[in-house]
Amino acid sequence: MKYLSEYRDPAIARGLVKRIRARASRPWTLMEVCGGQTHTIVRQGLDELLEGAVEMIHGPGCPVCVTPLEQIDRALYLAAREDVIFTSFGDMLRVPGSHCDLLQIRARGGNIQVVYSPLDALEIARRNPGREVVFFAVGFETTAPANAMAVWRARELGITNFSMLVSHVTVPPAMTAILDAPDNRVQGFLAAGHVCTVMGWTEYEPIARTYRVPIVVTGFEPLDLLEGMLMCVNQLEEGRYDVENQYVRSVKREGTPRARGIVEQVFRLVDRSWRGIGEVPASGLGLRPEFADFDAERRFALDSIRATEPAECHAGDVLRGKLKPMECPAFGTRCTPERPLGAPMVSSEGACAAYYNYGRYRSTAAAAT
Amino acid sequence: MATTMRRPTDPAPPPASSIGPGPVCPVPLEETQRVLLGHGSGGKLSARLLREEFLPHLGNDILAQLGDAAVLRLGDSDIAMSTDTFVVKPLEFPGGDIGSLSIHGTINDLAMMGARPAFVSAGFVLEEGLDLDVLRRVVRSMGRAATEVGVRLVTGDTKVVERGKADGIYINTTGLGLLDGLFRPSPDRARPGDAIIVSGPIGRHGIAIMAARNALGFETEIESDSAPLIAIVDILRNTVGVETRVLRDPTRGGVASSLNEIAAASRVGIELDEESLPVPGEVGAACELLGLDPLYVANEGILLAFIPESAVGRVIPALRAHPLAAAATRIGCVVDQHPGMVVLRTAIGGTRVVDMLPGDQLPRIC
Amino acid sequence: MCLGIPGRIVEMHDDRGLAMGTVDFGGIRREVCLQYVTDEVGVGDYAIVHVGFAISKVEEAEAHRTFEVLREMSELQELDWMREVADRSLDGWAGGAA
Repeated sequence: MKYLSEYRDPAIARGLVKRIRARASRPWTLMEVCGGQTHTIVRQGLDELLEGAVEMIHGPGCPVCVTPLEQIDRALYLAAREDVIFTSFGDMLRVPGSHCDLLQIRARGGNIQVVYSPLDALEIARRNPGREVVFFAVGFETTAPANAMAVWRARELGITNFSMLVSHVTVPPAMTAILDAPDNRVQGFLAAGHVCTVMGWTEYEPIARTYRVPIVVTGFEPLDLLEGMLMCVNQLEEGRYDVENQYVRSVKREGTPRARGIVEQVFRLVDRSWRGIGEVPASGLGLRPEFADFDAERRFALDSIRATEPAECHAGDVLRGKLKPMECPAFGTRCTPERPLGAPMVSSEGACAAYYNYGRYRSTAAAAT
Repeated sequence: MATTMRRPTDPAPPPASSIGPGPVCPVPLEETQRVLLGHGSGGKLSARLLREEFLPHLGNDILAQLGDAAVLRLGDSDIAMSTDTFVVKPLEFPGGDIGSLSIHGTINDLAMMGARPAFVSAGFVLEEGLDLDVLRRVVRSMGRAATEVGVRLVTGDTKVVERGKADGIYINTTGLGLLDGLFRPSPDRARPGDAIIVSGPIGRHGIAIMAARNALGFETEIESDSAPLIAIVDILRNTVGVETRVLRDPTRGGVASSLNEIAAASRVGIELDEESLPVPGEVGAACELLGLDPLYVANEGILLAFIPESAVGRVIPALRAHPLAAAATRIGCVVDQHPGMVVLRTAIGGTRVVDMLPGDQLPRIC
Repeated sequence: MCLGIPGRIVEMHDDRGLAMGTVDFGGIRREVCLQYVTDEVGVGDYAIVHVGFAISKVEEAEAHRTFEVLREMSELQELDWMREVADRSLDGWAGGAA
């Protein structure tokens, strides 16, 4: 695939690994923010190849994983209602709520449909005028323009049986929350390339300045990640802390203005709770009052559904890099990909899930030698 | 939390409501009292269902082998028997239909144990209201598929259920074949030093079905690879003979699930070479778009063969001479490290574990 | 959030006021909303697509440049790297890394 496969070239990747190792005069600790980046790092074993030079702490960049327990429970309630067709991205189906997950609701008779695009959910609403169609609008800023358009179009086309359960989160507040933690070990960031495609990178400039950390806007393919890491390491070696752009083929400083525009018209900043981290002020997006009609929380009076996070899950510590997955007492025993307790074990990008597969082999291999 | 969980009273919505070759993988958080779609995916949940619900009451030493087919002694002959039920949707798809699939699937399972398929039975569950033209096409297709491989359908049954059940047609086929000589591939026979061959490109069937269902809205030229593998098995019988250790057609759960099962049954480790995996461009592209891994996508016309490394040189050209195995290639080997685990070496030189999924893969946005 | 794939725009049309198009991803085709990039793209251009929406136009010149730079970087001999590192330390050092 053009503009994709080239950035997986193994020879160039191996060359970049060598350069990073040569450049790093001491081990550096970086965080990649986005789950898709974690996915590539783990799938390609880049962690392993850079051991000793760069340590990657996997960030909370999986909106699926950080969706608060309460929102999941609300989703489960809606999905179980007879009058609702509940639509969602595939990732959300396995996420555990307080008692079960969407797939078990489906087994009990809930009408749940996986969609690839929010516009598909709108189309389901159009084709089923007698049913309420709710779309589970999760995601970072990358997905906000798409979700905003679904609501916009619903209003434009007069589709009234459509509403969204919104659980959007934004990246910069999460980064500052991580940097503010007293035991923070992250020295540089690989910012999420597709979030920045939409939003640009102006929001990161004050963060780089204030916290004196290099931030490199990075893509998702192996060569992108390696180049991003190299750029970050260069800055660290030189004592610089700027925002730089590795993902030049997609990201501009101002982002995609039309996409930002519709997000601003449909959504506003709200406080959000991040599963495993807790409440982060002004870190989420909620529907503006003008679009309140399309807010599922209002339409279905979901306020009474509350949840508290289980004490046993150390997800927050893992997400900040304070705890390695293997150090969590529940890891691999009470908490596994089959029976996840918390966010980082749920999705394939979650740090715990990644270590469960990837790390297991290495510790088995080490034990064998 | 006040929640009503009653069954919906409306009939099931049109095809858009049930998606993918099961992109739904329920992972139980607590002991569940219900069957979940993931129990049918060929992954860990399926294995657990088998172990916990079926084997305790139905098990015996033959069933416990859990091969693609059961090897039985009847009188003086060794025969293989296999059964499979086909619930694919849509009923007709590019590259095949539920009819041809139901023949290929069962005879392939017999062939994977080294048997020459001879007879097949077919049980039909038909939905009230099914268009007879559809039935005719499906049955004609079954007939053609059986004739093509010289197998005779010798007994069958038909039931009709009410509108709303059976998704049009469900078919169960059971096959019998004769085992001759010592050609007895079996999932527990892999040993360190074996090479692993795949006979063709991976991921076509699963992607073709997903596209045909249209719930994810993409179009493709990919067709299901549904095909009989008897001729391919014969090539292995003639070039490698009894040293053919394992044969497996990686259907639901894909190559990854089959390899995990074999690694567990033989108590060996498996190493895969990512660069050598034959993934057709469009399968790769569809997987990129949906966030899927081709290793877990279903196939219906390829096989995995475990053979001595020394045989690879003569097996590959022999396979490639056959149109159905033109892309046959070596994808990995069996090792004695990490028994039960399948590890993949990436093109860049890193490694990762290829585990069995709890259920099916889900399309993702992350 | 993350899964954005580059594809080639093969057709563009208007759907009741919304800019839509067909995008080809290595042989797979899907309908995509082009509303956010409609003033930048035409048929034949590449766009990054996330959940059925084009979020950016692929800057092909930048893409080629990145790739060539990367290729060169990875091919440098070890001696050249060391020289580069030495040069950079002399230019850019700001009093010691943390």
